[in-house]
Amino acid sequence: MNGYALRIRGLKKQYRLGEIGGKTLREEWQRWWALRRGEEDPLSKIGETKRIVGDRIQALDGVDLDVREGEALGIIGKNGAGKSTLLKLLCQITAPTEGEIAYKGRIASMLEVGIGFHAEMTGRENIYLNGSILGMTKAEIDAKLPDIIAFSEVGDFIDTPVKRYSSGMYVKLAFSVAAHLDSEILIMDEVLAVGDQDFQKKCLKKMKEAAQVHGRTVLYVSHNMETIRRLCSRCIVMDEGRVIFDGDVDRAISIYAGIQEDLKGVFRFTEGFRPYGRFSQRFSIEMLKTVGREIPDYSEDERIRLQIGCRAAERLENIRFRLEIWYQDGTKVGSMLSNPVPEVPAGDGVFTLEVDTAGLTSAQYSVDMVAYTADETGAETILDGVYPALVFNLLESPDADHHVRWNHLYWGHIRLRDMKLGVFGKGEVRGDECSIAPQYGGERKGE
Amino acid sequence: MKNDQENKTHITRIVPKRPWHDLRLKEVIQYRDLIVLLTKRSFQVSFKQTVLGPAWLILNPLLTSVVYSVVFGKIAGIETAGVPGVLFYLTGTGLWTFFSACVTGNANVFKDNANLFGKVYFPRLTVPISQMLAALIRFLIQMAIVLLILAYYCVTGRLQPHFPAWLLLPFVLTELGIMGMGVGIILSSMTTKYRDLAVLVSFGMSLWMFATPVIYPYSQIPEGWIRTASMLNPVTPMVELYRYAVLGVGQILPGACLWSAAFTFLAAFFGVLIFNRVERTFMDTV
Repeated sequence: MNGYALRIRGLKKQYRLGEIGGKTLREEWQRWWALRRGEEDPLSKIGETKRIVGDRIQALDGVDLDVREGEALGIIGKNGAGKSTLLKLLCQITAPTEGEIAYKGRIASMLEVGIGFHAEMTGRENIYLNGSILGMTKAEIDAKLPDIIAFSEVGDFIDTPVKRYSSGMYVKLAFSVAAHLDSEILIMDEVLAVGDQDFQKKCLKKMKEAAQVHGRTVLYVSHNMETIRRLCSRCIVMDEGRVIFDGDVDRAISIYAGIQEDLKGVFRFTEGFRPYGRFSQRFSIEMLKTVGREIPDYSEDERIRLQIGCRAAERLENIRFRLEIWYQDGTKVGSMLSNPVPEVPAGDGVFTLEVDTAGLTSAQYSVDMVAYTADETGAETILDGVYPALVFNLLESPDADHHVRWNHLYWGHIRLRDMKLGVFGKGEVRGDECSIAPQYGGERKGE
Repeated sequence: MKNDQENKTHITRIVPKRPWHDLRLKEVIQYRDLIVLLTKRSFQVSFKQTVLGPAWLILNPLLTSVVYSVVFGKIAGIETAGVPGVLFYLTGTGLWTFFSACVTGNANVFKDNANLFGKVYFPRLTVPISQMLAALIRFLIQMAIVLLILAYYCVTGRLQPHFPAWLLLPFVLTELGIMGMGVGIILSSMTTKYRDLAVLVSFGMSLWMFATPVIYPYSQIPEGWIRTASMLNPVTPMVELYRYAVLGVGQILPGACLWSAAFTFLAAFFGVLIFNRVERTFMDTV
């Protein structure tokens, strides 16, 4: 364990599907009776993923993980990937089925803020109760009380029952207690999604400080990629109960964005890509291939060339494609429309599509693809849609003017055409003279 | 500070199964501040926004005793072994309430605290222990009124308590508390699975009360198999011992006391054992 704060080996957790044991004796009796007569268990649920074996689901399917002391590890993954189960096992809320976890020091879990808070009790009383539930002794809380109160910003309300607090004050107080825990390992499940913008920033700063200054180990689960990027030095991606990637944060976020298929040039649109089912029987987008690239990495302003394999059940007219482009944190960047193809015969066919990325700044984008027809009135009929169809990386092109790193959070994702800046000259602004000439230090015109 | 250093480098292992004897009682001691706070919370919460506040702790049993002495004493005509009715019922119900609070307060401990237990780990045993302590403190507050009334009767010479036997009272309280907690947590591990039991528990407790000499003296139980059977009730000798010391009536039943102590030990031992087993995975079943 030298230098390591946490070590996980072959960790598995199995849940039984359906009601476990039945909630009442009557249900238990029903189950027993049905099983005796060789019928199906009337209380079991029907699952649909391959992780289900018999009546059991493998929530964690062999996780190995080493976390160094002082590391801030991000954990991302789709819903149901096993993140929360992993945290529950770490926090000893439930026991694993197989494998071992070893950790050094104490673990403080913040799966939820304000655990044990009682509405009738004052802020101060709740600090003590919550703190000791989280594992602090009274002496520790005594010592930290001023800090906790100051951080929470509740001020004079500290001796008021928390039921009189606004919901913002409530979570701020709750988070402050958790933030002042002295444990060596901090486990957080999206608790930063509390309070206003300023408070969130303050929390992030506090967590970052915990890792970088005080050498604590932080495990952070979130769906908010921006906070992961700001806080974490390393990130794992979980899928179907396993760790599928472990390493660099940006790369992990990319993989998470394109988790359906790892970044590659060929996408086949089987049922897994169609959470909403197929749109129509008449036309379907079957596959997509990037032309001339194994991996969809492009530089800015480069054109992306695609081949789209399609199947038409009947002859169709005026088919168009639309690409809806998403940034990796789930904001929509914009959409592109194609020209119409006048006629498509029935049967399999291949389209080519050329995508001009001009204006998009370097990042990873995912693309939804929609095939549609439009009538004269401007109404569209969707023939098929794939969400997402493609994930691509846009890298900074070496010859473009990149004097600063593009800030996606504040500037958006599109770099509009560059402006022209010139110096007109010394003196005051005169509204009627607006032609701009590059006259550095020169005399003003007309004088 | 040494303890601090130890905490920082201590390596904890989480494995699927712990050996049965690993009860982690040391952890419970580490969380003693939490036990105190949880105990305090159950008081603070129950008296917030009431007019009389803690006075209810005394009023409630006092009123019950008055009602009992009217219903059981005057109407049903049950003997109270020559002790004034109010005092007789006050001692009986007081002690019984303490025991029964330990049982019922813990019988649903997993279900009632599922939200808390599902979010954070702390030694779960702290909750039953704090329940027991809260019940004990309630009992001691009620004891004050018993002493007050008792003093009056002692001065007037109507009662002669056995004062040396008062030394046994801590034993009586400890035993009943632990027994109640033990029975309660055994029930709690079953109520997580079968919710029906929660209903049965309150019914069973009132049956148990009638099987215990609470509203009647032990001496009134007819000789023969009924009396023998009542000796099997581990609460009986404790109530008798308590009344013997405080009121000077009743008797010490050495055999029954031994059985009661053995029962307490077994209940507590298996209770904690089962509790530790259930605690590990009950979140999957709630």
